[in-house]
This record gives sequence, structure tokens and C-alpha cells, in this order.
Amino acid sequence: MSYIPHTDEQREEMLRTCGVESISELFHDIPAELAPESFNIPEGKSEIEVLSYFEMLAEQNYSHLTNFVGGGFYDHFIPSAVDALVGRSEFYTAYTPYQPEVSQGTLQAIYEYQTDICRLTDMDLANASLYDGGTALYEACQMALRATGRERVILDGGVNPVYRKILTSYTANLDIQFTISPVSHGHSDRDKIFDAIDTDTAAVILQNPSFFGIIEDHSDIVQHCHDNGVLVIQSVYPTAMAMLKTPGEIGVDIAVGEGQSLGIPLAFGGPYLGFMATTKKLARRMPGRVVGRTVDRDGREAFVLTLQAREQHIRREKATSNICTNQGLCALRAHIYLSLLGKQGLLDVAQLCIDKAAYARERLDMIPGVEVMKASPTFNEFTVSLPMDAGEVVGAMVEKGFAPGLPLGRFYPGMENFLLVAVTEKRTKHEIGMLAETLEAVLCQ
Amino acid sequence: MTPDDRKYALTHEWLMIEENVGTVGITDHAQNSLGDITFVELPTVGEAVKKGDECAVIESVKAASDIYSPATGIISEVNSAVEDSPETINKDPYGDGWIFRLENMEEAGELVSADEYEKNLDSE
Amino acid sequence: MSVIFEKSVRGRRGVDLPKCDVPSKGHIDEAYRRGTSLDLCELSELDVVRHFTALSRKNFGVDNGFYPLGSCTMKYNPKALEAVARLEGFTDLHPFMPQLRHGGMLVQGALRVLYELERLLAEITGMDAVTLQPLAGAHGELTGMMLIAAYHRDKGNKKTEVLIPDEAHGTNPSSAAIGGYAVRAVPTDKKTGTLDLEALEQMVGEQTAAVMLTNPSTLGIFNSDIARIVEIAHEHDAQVYYDGANLNAILGRFRPGDAGFDVVHMNLHKTFATPHGGGGPGAGPVGVKKHLVDYMPISRVVKRDDNTYALDYDYPKSIGYIATFYGNFMVCLRAYAYILMLGASGLREASGHAVLNANYLMNRLKDKFKVAVPRTCMHEFVLSAEAEAEKGVHATDIAKALIDEGFHPPTIYFPLIVKEALMIEPTESESKETLDAFVDAMLKISAQVSACPEVLTSAPKSTPVNRPDEVKAARDMDVAWPRDNHEQ
Repeated sequence: MSYIPHTDEQREEMLRTCGVESISELFHDIPAELAPESFNIPEGKSEIEVLSYFEMLAEQNYSHLTNFVGGGFYDHFIPSAVDALVGRSEFYTAYTPYQPEVSQGTLQAIYEYQTDICRLTDMDLANASLYDGGTALYEACQMALRATGRERVILDGGVNPVYRKILTSYTANLDIQFTISPVSHGHSDRDKIFDAIDTDTAAVILQNPSFFGIIEDHSDIVQHCHDNGVLVIQSVYPTAMAMLKTPGEIGVDIAVGEGQSLGIPLAFGGPYLGFMATTKKLARRMPGRVVGRTVDRDGREAFVLTLQAREQHIRREKATSNICTNQGLCALRAHIYLSLLGKQGLLDVAQLCIDKAAYARERLDMIPGVEVMKASPTFNEFTVSLPMDAGEVVGAMVEKGFAPGLPLGRFYPGMENFLLVAVTEKRTKHEIGMLAETLEAVLCQ
Repeated sequence: MTPDDRKYALTHEWLMIEENVGTVGITDHAQNSLGDITFVELPTVGEAVKKGDECAVIESVKAASDIYSPATGIISEVNSAVEDSPETINKDPYGDGWIFRLENMEEAGELVSADEYEKNLDSE
Repeated sequence: MSVIFEKSVRGRRGVDLPKCDVPSKGHIDEAYRRGTSLDLCELSELDVVRHFTALSRKNFGVDNGFYPLGSCTMKYNPKALEAVARLEGFTDLHPFMPQLRHGGMLVQGALRVLYELERLLAEITGMDAVTLQPLAGAHGELTGMMLIAAYHRDKGNKKTEVLIPDEAHGTNPSSAAIGGYAVRAVPTDKKTGTLDLEALEQMVGEQTAAVMLTNPSTLGIFNSDIARIVEIAHEHDAQVYYDGANLNAILGRFRPGDAGFDVVHMNLHKTFATPHGGGGPGAGPVGVKKHLVDYMPISRVVKRDDNTYALDYDYPKSIGYIATFYGNFMVCLRAYAYILMLGASGLREASGHAVLNANYLMNRLKDKFKVAVPRTCMHEFVLSAEAEAEKGVHATDIAKALIDEGFHPPTIYFPLIVKEALMIEPTESESKETLDAFVDAMLKISAQVSACPEVLTSAPKSTPVNRPDEVKAARDMDVAWPRDNHEQ
């Protein structure tokens, strides 16, 4: 199936209009010696064949395991209305709203999404979104370097280890120095961070809750940074923002995060949603698209892309970022999700998450040999130490239908016996109980 | 009319020197080709700049333009009024729409008279 | 139409969550608690459904009508791709699953998608290997620049700049700059619409890290000198980068790999029919030649001897992680389904009809409008409304008038080197009837330029708004609805 509507007669007529006899004549600018050396692509298939092939592939994935894996990406409930509304093709078959008259739907939705993000984070303004939480952190980092004219960045050990790897690979060809400040008992180590700050430090990057699930009040770090002309970037978990001290409250300069938990399926890693919000002061340093509210010729309220002079299509090599698209449809999803849940709904999700996580902590802690790390408060994710290699335990648990958590040895050598367990509102008391019972049984074997 | 009481850079800045202080702005041609100016990023007072350095940015809806310092010196004053009302540069580029002032001026870049600047515009 | 926050009614709810079924009560200490009000809107499900349905009706997508937005390849997005993307075996799959013990075995279906799509894209572009990780075209460009930088670093080459034609998309110079290089623009020969070869020869040198090219160019012209350009660059060990924005023109007819390109990126949302989503998510896979394979980002998908698939991280020369996981997986999934449905001949037919449609439109319009480069075009062509502008009707007025005729406007004012540019890309999806209706509208507009220009300069009349004030938007910076404004 090639989705081409031309009949033979129409094609002939169109070729005549072009003054050629065949389609291949239109390609005469391609030199004969540059014809493809090969084009070994299988012949086309019907919709029925293709659908059944993908059904077969989908069945090979263990998406049905009872999921306690998080690490910044969570199995939250997505109300049916989200898919129904995002599935309207007026949204998903449109492109960048360059022509505001035919894009008021997308534009107003993004403006409202920006408002959601500002309200979640208590920041002054947000952009229309970036690719994902990791690249958003990288963009925030670039923004801080440019705003301060300095070249060093301090990265707290509580930041997602994958994000850390992203930051270092992007800057390999640039004069940027990263200092990683390891956590102490799961907490951001104030002394180490303060010691590391010097006059060439552009920013300190923090995460709340940390990768280990620990929640913190970073106010003191922000204060110290600002006293030294250093900007603070904080990566936050948006669901937790319903309950936790916000970046805006503690004076953070750039707030970023992964928006997946706001109605976006786990989908094996993407597409996701990087959100970014900042202060008025840094507004024009912010990368990415921004939608503004204005009036039209007749004085009617209207929405348009704005602050575009910072962007690549105008500033070219001097742009704040090379980013062109946003994650439009994912931002729309997040906005629909937040509109449906509303103020109380998001709080309820957050409360269910912490209640169920508290129950899971209690249940797991009762298992002989299992120790829940309790020195620090957590939100919906926590670290446990097991009496043996966590990877092996996970392997045995998978066979019994559980994805019991993320083994940390993969990211932190020396932490092979540690498991990071996440609990969302979707997990039931029964599932949590079964997790504990199965784990106990596996450990007894 | 391009005022003949000052010198011009071919990158469309003007420099007027009075009592060893140089005032810098952009020309009427420059403001006109940028269109409605929406934002000005000013340099920092006390900053040392060399001739030809990019030291300010002027944005309109469809364009952004770097302002190059027409001379070497120290930024002694910036026109914060244009930060709040950037349209002043559109309305009065040679007067209230000035951008910054320079002290301790040393070398100036290649600057031309009003006549030469206009001639150059015609040939552009 | 009111913003959603104005519709909020205190105490109203849109989603019912289950009662807490565990005996425990989680507690967040005051020191860590949010002290400000959350202030999200409070609405019923129907309120939300009506709001977003109303918003959708103020949008124009490919499903609404002809969308000849040049350089964006707004082809039809087959519904079967959406059906594939709804399969729970994909949507509910946690991206950290492969990090569990033997985790690769838990995601065999997903890994096979990645592996097979990489192979297909490599074959389509004539490259040796492909990574699906870049999350958008511009992200692919940056990844390509990082690969090139790693190559030069490894060889001890001291390279400082990247050469890019002046007609290129803005992302090219921006990506090169962010990759750490100075950027120099190579002029375009205005007559042929292709790169000025002499200028390139003078500019290229030992300092040149890469030459970035879009072919067909943004003017819709295929550069026949392409092999020579690659040769000139390679003489200085500069890498040649192929921006695949316009790949839809050449599917099955030209492969950048065969012409010697070292790096290529593709836009799955353009060429391979994944929906544009109102401005993303897209995907920008990158293909490379053998000498760059070692530098590719991790993880990489490999097929083992027992025909199972695995993620491999053991590439010491790799540039590292460029994305959190494995790319925009659901976008890749759709593109894979699209390629399987079309197959070899379908892909060739797609490029053939994309080019036929563009040439047909150009030929039907060329008597009334100035074609920027009057010669056979590829998948798109550029008109210049310079003559109309002299009569007071600008490219933007023509664009707005087209809206009143029921069409999405072309790309306007790009490429920057054409005055009053209108860049038209019809794609292969459109029927002759649609193209003829568009021609009729353009001819009508052409007649109106002299007869009643005010109709054009006051357009559009059929839309909810007419030419929003962009200067006010940029000056006022109202980018979030204020708190406590019109809210109950």
C-alpha cells in the first residue's frame, strides 16, 4: 500500500503538463553513476499483514509484569479521556504553529501547558517543552553557562545517572568542566558542593526527589549559590510537585524535569516530555519555543509563537539552542492530564503514591535480610538493600511475574545488592503484599 | 537625514564623541530594517570592550542583530530606558534611543562620515 | 475562547481515583512540603472534553486539508500506524526493563523493531550503520557533529570550522556551533540554485571539520555536482554531512551513502509519515559510514548468533549517551510500519509522485508567479512574490489569503536568500483534484493582486483570529495565565 491517489490517466496528463514522458525523466539531475547501488527493501505488505506482525512483536515484550520499576519514569494511571482527546487528528496531523490563524488550538493549548508548568513549579515562565528530561537538563546547563559566562558546573550525585552521562557526552568537544559531588547518606553533600564552588562556577545541578527517591529541601544550597553568583538548576518529578517544596519557593533559577508521569505512556523510553521553567530575569536566555498571548488586528485575544529571535531559524549559529521542534503532542497530553486531574486529583495521586510506598517499605522491611534505607524521607520510591545480588533477585522475581525494582549496581559499582523500588497509585495492596511474599520466598531459596 | 555630528560604522552603529565620552546607537536605516524593536540586551557598566566586539543585542519579531562597539573603551553608562521601552530606538535612533556610552576610549574602528555612510547604503 | 483556567470551578473534579487500600499513611515532613497553592484547574471530564474538542476545531492538520508547507513534508499519516502504536506490548513497556537481569530477553519485540528499522534505514540511505536515538532532526544534526568531532579528535586533526550553504535550515549552523565549531556560509549560485562550487573550493581547507549539505537543497534543486563536492571535502579530511530534511524526494533514486557522504540524518516525521504532532515529537536517526561506527552513541542494538537481540554498551570510543533511552521509540515504531507497508516499490513511487506533484504545480503556476529557480524541481519549489510585493501584496498576504481558500499556506520567507519566498511542497499523498483546486486558488489570488489587493492584505476572514500582533506579544511577554485572574 503506498497511499498514492493518482490514476494512470491523471499521471499521464500531469506528465504532459510538465513536458516529460515519465516520472524518471524528472530525476534527470541525478547523475546516472549515482543511481542506488542497491535498494534491498522487502516488497510492501497489506495492513492486515503488517498489523499481525506488530501484534506478534508486541506479545514478545514483558509489558504485563507487575511493575515496581521507576528511576524517574513511572507507571502512572492515564485517564481514558487523555487518549481520546490527543487522538483528534486536528492536533496530531498539524505541524508547528507558524500560521497562528490556523493553529489557535495548538497555540492556546501550549500557552495553557506553559501555565500548568509555572503553577507546578512556581516559576515565572516555561517554554513549550524540550525533548526529554535529560536533554532539558543539558539545555539548562548551556543556558546557565551562557548567562554567567563561566565554565564550570557542579553536578549533585542525586541526579539521575543517565542524565549525568548525557551531560558529559554533549560537552566533550567544549570547554566545560563538570565536577560531580557524591551524595552522603543519600543527601546532597553541602560541604562538598560549597567547597567545589569557585568564581568560575556557572551552576549547581540538583534533583528532587533524588535518583534514590530521597526528598530534600535545597533552600540552603540555593542561598549559598546565589551569594556566590552561581545559578541553581533543579530537576524535579512533576507528580511530586503537588506536595513538595517547589523550585520557585526556594529560589531556583532554572527548573527542569521529565514530564512522562503526566499522562504519557512509558512506551519503551519515548516520546517523552522535557519541561523547563525559569525566572523573568533569565527569560530571554531560555531555549525552545514559547507561546505568548496577544491581540489580533480586530482586538481579539490571540496566541502566537513569540521570543523567536532567540531561535535557530533566525539567530542561526548564535541561537540559544539548535532545538527546532518541541514535543508538541506530549505537552498536549500533559496539559490534558493535568486539566483532568486538577488540583485535588494530582494531590490525591501524590498521596496514594506515598501511602502505598510507605506500605511497601513496611512490608519489605519485615523480610529477614532486607533493609529499607530509612535515614532520609522519600516520596514514592525508596532504596532497599538485599542479602544478595539485586540483579539475581530481580531475575528470579521476573519469572514470578514481577518487575520488583531497578538494581543499582548497573549504575553504581559497589551497590550490587541495592534495589530501587517505585510504587505508584496503580499498585494495589494485594500486589504489594504479593511482591513482599514473593521476594521473601525468592530470598529463602 | 543622517546627522553629520557623528561618525558611522558600516555595520550601522553611530558614535558621537563629546568631552571624551562616546555615545553609541544604531542608525535610522538599521532600526528601519529591523522593524519594531521588542528587546534590547545591554552591556554591563564597567565592562571593557574592544572595537568590533559584540556588546549588545537588539531584537525585533523577525530578527536579532548584534551591536558591535565602534571603539575600544570601557562601558560607562547604558540607556536602561530602552530596556523598558525598546520602541524608543525606532522612534528616535539618533537621540533618546542611544544604547551605551564609552569612556577611556582608545582606538576607534573604521568609521565614516554621514555622507559616506549614506553613499554606502545606496550601493548596498 | 476562554483559557481553561477561566473555566475552573472550585471543588469540581474530572477524575476519580481509588480509595486508599493500604493501612499505611505516608507523611511528608513540613520542612519538605509545598507552601504554595497548586492552582491547577478544577473541571469535570466533560468540561475538559469540550474545551479540547473546541481547541482542536481551531487547528488545521493534514486530515483537514492540503498542507503544502515546504520543507516539512506534510504527507498523509496512515491510520494503521496509529493502530500499531496503540499496542499495549509497546505502550506499557518500561524503558529500564533491559537493565534487569537478562532484561534484553524481556523486550525482544521492541529490540527487534529497533534492529530491523536501523537496517532498513541504512539500506535506504546507503550507510553502514544507523542509530535511532536522536529525538528530532536538529538533535540528529548535533549528534552528527559530535560524531565528526570525535572522529577528528581521535585522529588528532585540528579542525575548527564547518561550511554550510547560505540556503540551509537554521538548525545546521546552530547545531554546528553548539557542537563547538565556527560556522562559515557558502554562497549559492542564484542561477542554478545550487552551491557555488568555486566559492567552496576557496573556503575549504585543513581547518574544515565538515561540510553540511541538504540535497535536494531548500530551493528544491538536486545538486548534480554532489560527488565533486564530497571529493573536495574529503581531500582535506573534512566529513560530509547529509541533512535528510528532503529525503522524500529521492527515496529509491539516490542514496547519500553512494555519493560518499559520511553522516546522514533522517526526519522520520517527514519522510516516513509519522504524525507531526503539532510540532513534535519527531525522530532524527543518524546513519554513518564504517569509519565512524566506533563513535556512535550507546546503547547499540545487536543481533546475536541465536537470533536474539541485545543492547550493547561496550564501545569505548563512543560519544556516549545522547538521549536517555533508545530514541523516540513510538515514532520509530510507526516509521517501521510505514516502510513495511510501502516496501521498495512503494517508497520509489512515493518519491516519484512527490516530485511529479511538485513539478505539476510549478508548471501550472509559473506563468502567473515567479519561480525562484526555473528548472525541473524535486519534491518542492520556491516562488518569489517580489513582483506582487511591489504592488503591496506580500508573501504573507498570499499565505493568509490561501487560508480563506481552505488551504494551509506554504512555508514563507524561507529560504532566506529568496525575496518574498513561498516554498511549496505538495507531497505524493495529494490527488490531482486537490492540486488543481490549489492552482485555482493561487490564480484567483494572482488576479486579486491588481484587482482588489485589500482582499488579500486583510485576509484571513474565515479564521477565529486575524494576524495576531507579534510585536505586542514579544514586548509584553504574557506567556502564562496569571494566578487569581478571573478565577473563582
